[in-house]
Amino acid sequence: MNASLISLEMLVIGFGLVLMLADVFVPAERRPLIGYAAIAMLGFLLFNCLGDAGLAGTAFHGEFVNDNLALFFKRFFIVAAILVLFIAAEFADRIVAAAEYYSLVLFALAGMLFAASANDFLMLFVSIELITITFYVLVSFQRNRLASLEAGVKYLILGALSSAFMVFGIALIWGTTGKLGFNELAVLAPQFADSKIFLLGVLLVLVGLGFKIAAFPFQIWAPDVYQGAPTPTTAFLAVGSKAAGFVLLLRVLFTAVPAVTAHWANLLIVLSGITILYGNLCALPQRNLKRLFGYSSISHAGYLLLGIAALNVSGQAAILYYLAGYLFTVLAGFLVIALVLRQLETEDVSGLAGLHQRSPLLAATMTISMASLAGIPPMAGFFGKFLLLTAAVKAAQTSGNHGYYCLIFTALAGVVISLYYYFGVIRVMYWSKEAKDLSPIELSAPAMTTAWICIAGIFWIGLFPNTLLNFANAAAAVLKI
Amino acid sequence: MSILTYIAGLPLLAALALVIVPRNYRVPIRAMAVLATFLSATLAVKMFCGFGSAAMDADGYRFVQQIPWVDSLGISYHVGVDGLNVGLILMGAIVAFAAALCSYEIKSREKEFYILLLLMTGGILGAFASLDLFFFYFLHELALVPTFIMIGVWGRGEKKNYATFQITLYLSVGALIALIGLIALYLQSGANTFDIPKIIAHVQANPLSPAAQNFIFPLLLFGFGILVSLWPFHSWAPLGYAAAPSPTAMLHAGVLKKFGLYGLIRIALPLLPTAAQHWAQVLAWLCAGNILFIGWVAMRQRNLNLLIGNSSVAHMGFIFLGIASLSLIGVSGAVLIMVAHGFLAALTFALSGYLYQQTGTLQMSDLGGLCRKLPFIGTALLMAAMAGCGLPGFANFVGEVTVFFGAWQAFPTITVLALWGALVIGGVYMTRAIRNVLHGPLPEKWNSLTDAYIWRKLPYALLLASLFVFGIWPRLLTDKITPDAAKVLAGYKTPVASSPAPSCGQLRADTSGSQLLVIENK
Repeated sequence: MNASLISLEMLVIGFGLVLMLADVFVPAERRPLIGYAAIAMLGFLLFNCLGDAGLAGTAFHGEFVNDNLALFFKRFFIVAAILVLFIAAEFADRIVAAAEYYSLVLFALAGMLFAASANDFLMLFVSIELITITFYVLVSFQRNRLASLEAGVKYLILGALSSAFMVFGIALIWGTTGKLGFNELAVLAPQFADSKIFLLGVLLVLVGLGFKIAAFPFQIWAPDVYQGAPTPTTAFLAVGSKAAGFVLLLRVLFTAVPAVTAHWANLLIVLSGITILYGNLCALPQRNLKRLFGYSSISHAGYLLLGIAALNVSGQAAILYYLAGYLFTVLAGFLVIALVLRQLETEDVSGLAGLHQRSPLLAATMTISMASLAGIPPMAGFFGKFLLLTAAVKAAQTSGNHGYYCLIFTALAGVVISLYYYFGVIRVMYWSKEAKDLSPIELSAPAMTTAWICIAGIFWIGLFPNTLLNFANAAAAVLKI
Repeated sequence: MSILTYIAGLPLLAALALVIVPRNYRVPIRAMAVLATFLSATLAVKMFCGFGSAAMDADGYRFVQQIPWVDSLGISYHVGVDGLNVGLILMGAIVAFAAALCSYEIKSREKEFYILLLLMTGGILGAFASLDLFFFYFLHELALVPTFIMIGVWGRGEKKNYATFQITLYLSVGALIALIGLIALYLQSGANTFDIPKIIAHVQANPLSPAAQNFIFPLLLFGFGILVSLWPFHSWAPLGYAAAPSPTAMLHAGVLKKFGLYGLIRIALPLLPTAAQHWAQVLAWLCAGNILFIGWVAMRQRNLNLLIGNSSVAHMGFIFLGIASLSLIGVSGAVLIMVAHGFLAALTFALSGYLYQQTGTLQMSDLGGLCRKLPFIGTALLMAAMAGCGLPGFANFVGEVTVFFGAWQAFPTITVLALWGALVIGGVYMTRAIRNVLHGPLPEKWNSLTDAYIWRKLPYALLLASLFVFGIWPRLLTDKITPDAAKVLAGYKTPVASSPAPSCGQLRADTSGSQLLVIENK
């Protein structure tokens, strides 16, 4: 038992509480500072508490583990939260009680940090609930906007449903094996690999996680919620919540029940292929930018599932790498949406018209983000997709399963389809003639910093993959398959 | 630092620098692009001239530079030249310089245009110089994407949007299929490196199984084939080039399109010999489709640009035929045509761009008698057309005739058909175009046309001169190509084993009249 391992999570939660109190004591004109205080605090944690392996070990009878995988995702989540808080600070004028919003972001972050270390089904469920329940509030935070409330209700109903499935699944697993710890289950799983109830249990857990990552057939909520939620929430949902789903999925599939997963290659291939096609095809006709991001996030969940379906270390490392690139890429996009579509109610793509004249920096940011999502070199998305495809080809060659080639060509078709709508956004910014408002956009210094951080991140990951890839390889080495 | 890094890096650096230049500084922007491509072309000439005296590394490459990039995957920045790519880099750099000079026709959003043009240039030159499988693909992709944007934004004609959509879709699909082939090759080779010389050495020691070869080869053949407009995957090319602004068409038809062919020769032939022999017959028939069918389509064109586009697709057939022959002479000829066609395609699209800019139309029925008003442009167009139908004295003749010699042994029927296609069909559409555009009565409305003044003549003169130099003195290239082409074909029990000494055949064109072609046997 080593409770000091969770000091990071405790600090984040404690600081969330302090922010709530600060809201009462800080005078109204100084409240914007609360957001920056949170950012500074997270920056401090990123550099001081997540140094190296100083925190490695397990706590609470193996329920909580700090290994390289946890370290990777903890850094990931904190960077994501910092950038989301920057976006939220720009968005603060549109939400009531901004300080509460910041502290909720911190609580969700704490859930994600727990998820990164979860090594037990109980821990998994608690961390997922901490994330999801916080997001119910975050999604419906703009109480005066009907769309936001509608999104909140949808997320609540579907989220609760998926949680119910997950609890049921966990109960079935516990009922058959009597264990909840991932390491203990890994030992027992081969004996139960034929038990239908046990398999059903694992499947139901996957349903719950599939909901978090918005994979087919649990993707229905994503476009509506992405569209309705306040922009910083959507950003955090797209990056943090999805990554939390993936870290848990990796742990469950490859640490807890590797013996079962090894038989599920075809299931994962089919899910991945359909998710890719669904996301890309549905994104084609979208005009609402956030909805477009919603469908695009479904397609990216499909690409990431391809890395899981590969069932090898390269695939897992590729997922981590891809997520890191996705973090900067997507947050760059949402930053621009939050800044540019400030006055517009609709968030239509046409709202970006003439952006290259209004603010060259933001237009460049959005262009780079779109190009990276489309997988164009030298942006992060290209190398990420390259790694995923390499992993899938490797899986096809080692397993001899021709399904992988079908999946690879589906993914390629998805990439080609996606070029159309990603380039559509770029075209509107640079070449649309229907721009009504050409007034320059004033950028605050923090907003500009965020844009530059995102751009630097996208190019750094795309052009200098060595460090990050080594880290991702070390993290993926933790997993059993 | 290798000179190759500068050749490819200067345009990329200039592109980066242009990002921060304000958009209303039109003259400095243009000057910077022209200067960067000029320096790159000068360095390429220097590299070409110093090729013979440069030190070779253990694998036979010169001007080598290697910097590790991703250790865990075995990717490194590795550039170098041998006989196969030295001519292509020279050609690419000269064409890029000419394209930058011809870009005065762009009147809107110059800044973005020049940035994309420089990206294209640096990307493709880097891809040709690259000896690492990953960078080879990566840099080509970097060059390819600007093409789509340039056609979409600065393109012309009613079918612009359709053409943009089609070329984007087609070429992305082709590039991605090739990517899968390259990844499969990397994994299958077992060398755990993307370094091309290392993979080749490894695979030649442990050949790939025929099953694996027969799986990977078609991926590369059709992936690269789509990029090169192999019949029947060619339909993007004429429309795309007709819609593209002329600098883009020059660079793409001249330089980028050679990437797929170069990939086949550099990667597919040495690594997949069994499959290559298996697929050679198929490739030979497909290239007959390029030469005959597309030649026939070209005859029916009424628009000069569509005609040039189709003829450029038809020319790809000769190169494919050379590759399919799997003989030393054929492959050397294919590399020769790649260089020659690069200059030629760039020249014809530059000229048609000039005509379009002056007249606003390229419908041949609207033109006529232009040689009287545009003596220089007209003469250059006539020469280009003659080079296109294989007149001796131009580099294309040397290449085509070499390919026919190489292919004769393997595919006599197709060679006869191709000869017919080259001489008769090519002759018909080229001379017909010349008659319609340059000769005959001059319509009233074209009386105000002006010929290119001295500075504007430079790109055309440069490209024509290059065609002449390599046409009259092909040994400049063939001496460099043959030893390395022989290395590529080292693993083949060639079907032309009976032909005279494929390992040391040497081509020499008579320097005085260049009509006599001697195949020397040592």
